Amino acid sequence: MPTTEMMTALQSGTVAPDFTLKSTQDKPVSLHDFRGQPVVLVFFPAAFSPVCSDQLSVYNEILPVFQDFKAAIMAISVDNNWSNKAFAKERNLKFPLLADFEPKGAVARSYGVYLEKDGIAARALFVIDAKGVITWSYVSPTGVNPGAEGILKALEKLTGKGK
Amino acid sequence: MPTNSQGPALTLPIGKRDHIQGPETAPCSLVEYGDYQCPHCAHALPMVKEVQNKMGKQLKFVFRHFPIASLHEHAQTAAEAAECAGVQGKFWEMHDMLFQNYKTLDDDHLMHFAGHLELDIEKFEQDMENHIGKEHVHEDFTSGVRSGVNGTPTFFINGVRYDGDYDADSIVKALKEAIKAK
Repeated sequence: MPTTEMMTALQSGTVAPDFTLKSTQDKPVSLHDFRGQPVVLVFFPAAFSPVCSDQLSVYNEILPVFQDFKAAIMAISVDNNWSNKAFAKERNLKFPLLADFEPKGAVARSYGVYLEKDGIAARALFVIDAKGVITWSYVSPTGVNPGAEGILKALEKLTGKGK
Repeated sequence: MPTNSQGPALTLPIGKRDHIQGPETAPCSLVEYGDYQCPHCAHALPMVKEVQNKMGKQLKFVFRHFPIASLHEHAQTAAEAAECAGVQGKFWEMHDMLFQNYKTLDDDHLMHFAGHLELDIEKFEQDMENHIGKEHVHEDFTSGVRSGVNGTPTFFINGVRYDGDYDADSIVKALKEAIKAK
């Protein structure tokens, strides 16, 4: 259950708010650059959480599966880009981490997944279709990492592709 | 703490393909998805053994491979080594040895472990070269992705992801609750 201090996460059918953020991979990343393909948007609380092979490592490991759906995946936290770069390097992450750092948490707020009290993004997932509309969203219970199964089901539904 | 009933469910039921410890008819099951090079999984080994001791014949334990290869360069070959040892009837012996030596899982060490377990070395080497365990490892991994594995280790109790604390007492408690709930 989402914590009480959080706004409601944007639901299916809502147009995904556009953003441009600094990325761990070269140029800044804008959501509108990905029109024409599905996008998986992963909000996570902080780089360097104490778990070893965690949620993001699982997504990293199944990048070929996301590619089968022609889907782009990107992860957003309120960390600054240098911190994200160090994190991506340590975990060998092959997809971009985006810095929702200045103004802090603005993108997380626009998706309704900013935790005011803690000053971080919730663990939230969004699947956005080729037209930039949210088709699935999920906010993880506090302290629980979501896996990939929900994302994959949403992508299957979106693209009409079976397992 | 979230209750267990909310967690995602195991998509691949426990079957003949699995490595199982404990009676088939046990009233509860614990499935672990793990990576032999993951320190957290290695540290979980004695905890799992404690859980098994406490639950006795009431528990069957299943281990499935979830190598995070982009993070752990030896995780995949180590998983295959366990499978190759399994062909010679020593899956669990190799499983324990890999976790007990999770920092040294290069090819030389894998061969050394095989020797230590008195496996037929020639056959082991050939099976490793032919990657006879690769498909099983891949099946395990894919089933984990589809079931909500969110890192390693991830545990499932009676087919539902366990999101509670990783200590023997908490897991034993959750297992006993699962038996009651049946």
